[in-house]
Amino acid sequence: MNKKYLIPLSAAAALLPTFALAQDAAEVAPSFDEIGPYLMTTLLFLVGGFLVFWMAAGFAMLEAGLVRSKNVTMQLTKNIALFSIASIMYWLVGFNLMYPGDFNGYFAFNFVPTVLEPVGLAAADASLDYASVASDFFFQLMFVAATASIVSGVLAERIKLWPFLIFVVVLTGIFYPISGSWQWGDGWLSEMGFSDFAGSTVVHSVGGWAALAGALILGPRLGKYKDGRVNPMPGSNLALATLGTFILWMGWFGFNGGSQLAAGTVGDITDVGRIFANTNMAAAAGAVVALLLTQILYKKVDLTMVLNGCLAGLVSITAEPLAPSLFGALWIGGIGGAIVVFAVPFLDKLKIDDVVGAIPVHLFAGIWGTIAVVFYNGDASLMTQLTGIVAYGVFTFVVSGILWYILKATVGIRVSEEAEIKGLDTAELGMEAYPDFTRS
Amino acid sequence: MKLIIATIKPFKLEEVREALTEAGVRGLMVTEIKGFGAQSGHTEIYRGAEYVVNFVPKVKLELVVADSVADQMVEVISKTAQTGKIGDGKIFVLDVEQAVRVRTGETGEDAI
Repeated sequence: MNKKYLIPLSAAAALLPTFALAQDAAEVAPSFDEIGPYLMTTLLFLVGGFLVFWMAAGFAMLEAGLVRSKNVTMQLTKNIALFSIASIMYWLVGFNLMYPGDFNGYFAFNFVPTVLEPVGLAAADASLDYASVASDFFFQLMFVAATASIVSGVLAERIKLWPFLIFVVVLTGIFYPISGSWQWGDGWLSEMGFSDFAGSTVVHSVGGWAALAGALILGPRLGKYKDGRVNPMPGSNLALATLGTFILWMGWFGFNGGSQLAAGTVGDITDVGRIFANTNMAAAAGAVVALLLTQILYKKVDLTMVLNGCLAGLVSITAEPLAPSLFGALWIGGIGGAIVVFAVPFLDKLKIDDVVGAIPVHLFAGIWGTIAVVFYNGDASLMTQLTGIVAYGVFTFVVSGILWYILKATVGIRVSEEAEIKGLDTAELGMEAYPDFTRS
Repeated sequence: MKLIIATIKPFKLEEVREALTEAGVRGLMVTEIKGFGAQSGHTEIYRGAEYVVNFVPKVKLELVVADSVADQMVEVISKTAQTGKIGDGKIFVLDVEQAVRVRTGETGEDAI
């Protein structure tokens, strides 16, 4: 694998001096040793970035499959809208808030849009110890979109479109970048030694906390909890939900693998491979545990729980996908799968209506994954991990709660009873997802 | 003439249709229905929450036959549709006053 990539690159590097001499004899062309790591890491960001981009499709399909047919068009609309808004907000303020360089460690007053390198950058002007700014921006942007997708799934089938999108603007432009800077922007938690490799806490729990605050303020869907009973509302299309889960699983290789943030040495690229294998193992273990547990507890396998279990396995390994052995990834992911099977009915007991199971998957398994770092990463301490979990939880829950309250008090966040019963597709959009299949 | 109304398990429909055709039945009306009887629905679990399925899917057959063969047809249906398990269905027999074949205007047993 390494050789296959390095031979053509070395050949190209060998040719470079000839070109340079022809242009300017005084200019010394960089050797491959100098630019190779930059090229490889940039490539890692680009490949990782478009894998994580594809997760947006995964979230869209998962959510479209788990909501009822009358709300599918709205759910798809929210998904493409939130991704697009996240893309713009992260350029406008998010990226530079999250990666401000030197700052006080808590909040950077760095409200400037992202600027890319000039066209045809010379090697001498590149940050050769890392990667291109454009590839870094592109890669990091995909993560904030994942956070926003988590919120849309939890609040599905009852939240108004525009207030939700306003929340997404603030979440992706301000909330997520601020808390993200604490860890990935070399802020106070990073200083303290908090460890969250690809974002069990920074990305997934943050989405989960924002969604939890929203679910509490928004309330459950009409008829979901009646006379002390939970009234299930089965999803419209489990084929789409399964496709979405597989897409997310695939995208996760970029999510975790790209978070190595370096690919220019034998050690780094080998680590990326290790991360891919561990990520896959955790997903598989989460799915198998959910498969077994639902059979044992309910006497029948519940596919929707198996899908959630797989995703919980992925979230669990995201905080430390590198250090564990394959066996480590297996049991860490497996516990994630178990968390989901117990947490879904637990949330129902509390009358917190989470349409797609995103709170168990992203918040609970995210917390578990962040704690599990200490088992294989000797540099992490339990106290620091807990500090990080609490800090992200308190900040995101409080600021999200305040914003949800403001939206509720001003424009209102919930559709009318009639619209909710009719379905948001016809009530809010006047457009059905499956117009040809009317039930007689 | 008699109207036979039978509710049966959906998976038995093909078998019952074949048996009735063999017995000489020339026409049959079929409707997909939901309902409850002695079975009174059953429980399912979705994402950890138990819920009751109050109405069970069934197929309703309606056929009009001559008085002379009514008992035979009822027997054909009940024999073919029977599994011995709960939810096999019910058969009702009603008198029919008149029948008309729209194309020809024939009436009574000639029309069926």
